[in-house]
Amino acid sequence: MSERPRHSVSSVLVAIRMPLILFLLMTASAILTEGRFLQIDNLVNVFRQVSLESLIAFGMTMVIVTGGIDLSVGSLVALAGVAAAAVMESLGTWSPTMRIAIGAVCGVMVGATFGGLSGAVIARLSIPPFIVTLAAMLVARGSAFILCGGQPVYELPGELMWWGRGFVLESWLGRLLPVPVLIMAGAYLFFLFLYARTVWGRCVIAVGSNETASYLAGIPVRAVKWSVYVVSGALSGLAGVLHDAKLMAGDPKVGEMWELNVIAAVVVGGTSLFGGRGTISGTLAGALIIGVLNNSLNLLHVEHFWQNVVLGLVILGASLLDAGLRRLNTT
Amino acid sequence: MVHTVPKVHLTGISKRYPGVQALEEVGFEIATGQVHALVGENGAGKSTLVKILAGVARPDAGKILLDGRMIEILGARHSASLGIAVVHQEFSLADDLSVAENVFLGRWSRGRWGTVDFRTLHRRAESLFQSLGAQLPLGIAARDLSVAQQQMVEIARALSMEARLLVLDEPSAVLSPTEVTALFRIIRRLTAQSVSVLYVSHRLDEILEQCNQVTVLRDGRHVSTREVAEASREQLIREMVGRPINEEFPARKSRRGETLLRVEGLTAPRRFRDVSFEVRSGEVFALTGLVGSGRSSVGTAVFGAVPHVKGELFVGGTRSTFRSPRQAKRAEVALVPEDRRRQGLLLERSVGENISLADYGAVSRFGILRVGRERNLAQRRIRELQIKAINPAVATATLSGGNQQKVTIARWLGKPCRIMILDEPTRGVDVGARTEIYSIINKLASRGTAVILITSELSEAIGMADRIGVMAGGRLMGILDNGNRSITQKLILELAVPTSARLESPSQGEPAA
Repeated sequence: MSERPRHSVSSVLVAIRMPLILFLLMTASAILTEGRFLQIDNLVNVFRQVSLESLIAFGMTMVIVTGGIDLSVGSLVALAGVAAAAVMESLGTWSPTMRIAIGAVCGVMVGATFGGLSGAVIARLSIPPFIVTLAAMLVARGSAFILCGGQPVYELPGELMWWGRGFVLESWLGRLLPVPVLIMAGAYLFFLFLYARTVWGRCVIAVGSNETASYLAGIPVRAVKWSVYVVSGALSGLAGVLHDAKLMAGDPKVGEMWELNVIAAVVVGGTSLFGGRGTISGTLAGALIIGVLNNSLNLLHVEHFWQNVVLGLVILGASLLDAGLRRLNTT
Repeated sequence: MVHTVPKVHLTGISKRYPGVQALEEVGFEIATGQVHALVGENGAGKSTLVKILAGVARPDAGKILLDGRMIEILGARHSASLGIAVVHQEFSLADDLSVAENVFLGRWSRGRWGTVDFRTLHRRAESLFQSLGAQLPLGIAARDLSVAQQQMVEIARALSMEARLLVLDEPSAVLSPTEVTALFRIIRRLTAQSVSVLYVSHRLDEILEQCNQVTVLRDGRHVSTREVAEASREQLIREMVGRPINEEFPARKSRRGETLLRVEGLTAPRRFRDVSFEVRSGEVFALTGLVGSGRSSVGTAVFGAVPHVKGELFVGGTRSTFRSPRQAKRAEVALVPEDRRRQGLLLERSVGENISLADYGAVSRFGILRVGRERNLAQRRIRELQIKAINPAVATATLSGGNQQKVTIARWLGKPCRIMILDEPTRGVDVGARTEIYSIINKLASRGTAVILITSELSEAIGMADRIGVMAGGRLMGILDNGNRSITQKLILELAVPTSARLESPSQGEPAA
């Protein structure tokens, strides 16, 4: 309706709101913990703690941008983890590298296949994603237990540990670059590109912004919807394999509540649950905000029960701040 | 005109939005019991004025007198309590509530335990509709009504608050000619009860026929207010646009070539039956009819967006029934849908993104976007179609209706296009931009595209088309040859309105596609 000045204070504030919130939070943590928060070891730890959930959150961002939701990610971490572990166990006589490679591929495939099935039901039969992925969540969790008979799988190649707890260039840099964090960072860059610079990314946004218009413009709406669940499932599978490496076990109980943590990170990161709007960087910032918060509450020895209360309030606060800043820019 | 105290007296109304003066010192009077038309191009300030009267926007300066008393409209509720009722373009009905519940939305008759007293509610609704001279099924859910009926509910709601000024914002944009006639019958009943009506519209025909006074706004300023009896179509257009427009419908030499589209016995369950026609290269074929006649559905069905279509479709001689718009697109068929906001645009996204939406192949390689190319393409289209956007990065929602429409058309211009289906391309588009869109259509036709122009405006069909197909009740009633632009509206209406239904209330049609 009207053109607005292009670089007003408020528009700049909106553009940098995520880093800003993160920065304020980190400053507060640094002050409250008297600097302990800023120690390198601790910062590395924060990143390591959020790495797997961030990985899944990138896929979840895609899903939510199309206007969907994926509740099955946590269970898929468990199922893919158990499946990968079972494969590695069964290949006991093979070389460790092969065991890890084949196991990892299987884990990712399990996740992608499961996501693909959910996606197909959602896209083909137009059943709400919430219901479909809720069902998938239960099926996947149950399958994880069935697959391993309820007992964690421990027979894993020792070399796997590096992927979960190892560091890159440890001899030069010390414990500065954890492997899962680098994988997450790689995925971040990859998705940043995918989202902003590929036709697929555009289609994802288009479908979320206006499904009818996209359909009438010849966008393959169903395929796009299906694909985001495949991506989300594959990333959950990858996270499952990395989680195996971290625990050195394929455990069917892992990943509980992850779907909610991941959705929280995406939403705190400014992605709209109504679809059509969201950013990969926002999601990373959202995950870090939650991670920093958890970490500083631990450092401050806040009781576990209170941590949840604070976390809930901060998620709410971040969303309010985000909404407020955005409103500042639109009126 | 009876010279008493005017119902509404506006003086010096000004409103500024960041970067634009929406209204500047606008003033005019609306007399008691009169229908006062408000016209102007998009961006002329009509919507802002409506918003001010509705209490949604506050004027920066100016006075509003209602029945001789100065008022200050503090908000939407306050506006209603002052006796100003506004029926917006976008209806605000609760889709799943009944007609009666919607009329008294939030002000339901209460029973003893705080429950809704449906008997009283229905009685009140019934007497209200009776006073309007309209009949509506009170128990039916709003979503099952036709657009015209929904509008009736909106008007009834407005009147249930004892309105003294009724503001109708583009009420006829969604109505068929018969429905417009019925609307004015109701409006006249109201004016007889000394309600005044402010009638905002783009359609000069009905204003000249039905309204009492007309005010023209341009660029936020008041241009003229005069009795309709003293106004002419040409004069109004000149005042709206600010320059004379030689021809509303630019001329085109028709050069009809080979048959590009042949439709035989096309049938879609519950939408239309047994529709057959053909369109030639370089031809503009208009498809018209009342709301609910199936004209839109035929267009979307040809484009592959309607499920379970039977019948035969030949594009350029090859048999091709599309099962999705994607397939249609591959066969070089394009559709500009009826409702550009719901079906056409990604409103929150940029103009550039909206332009490349149908043709990512042209701005990518191996699935990777070539951002520079995309920007160039968008800039080229913006220049070609004279889209008023500062740059391709602005959000599409910020453009005016006409410019938004050009964006949805621009999307299809990048690649060869054998058949272009335009569904109501000028709905809610102002006069100047309208002519520009007509020129685009002409250019397409002269390049050899077969154009299907689906329209509810008869003057548009007559002014633009080589042949006019008229639909009624899901059937193609006839095709009129309009080679020398000599078809009369009456001729079309005789086909469009079955004789038996011509005098009935507007409760006939069902919502189009």
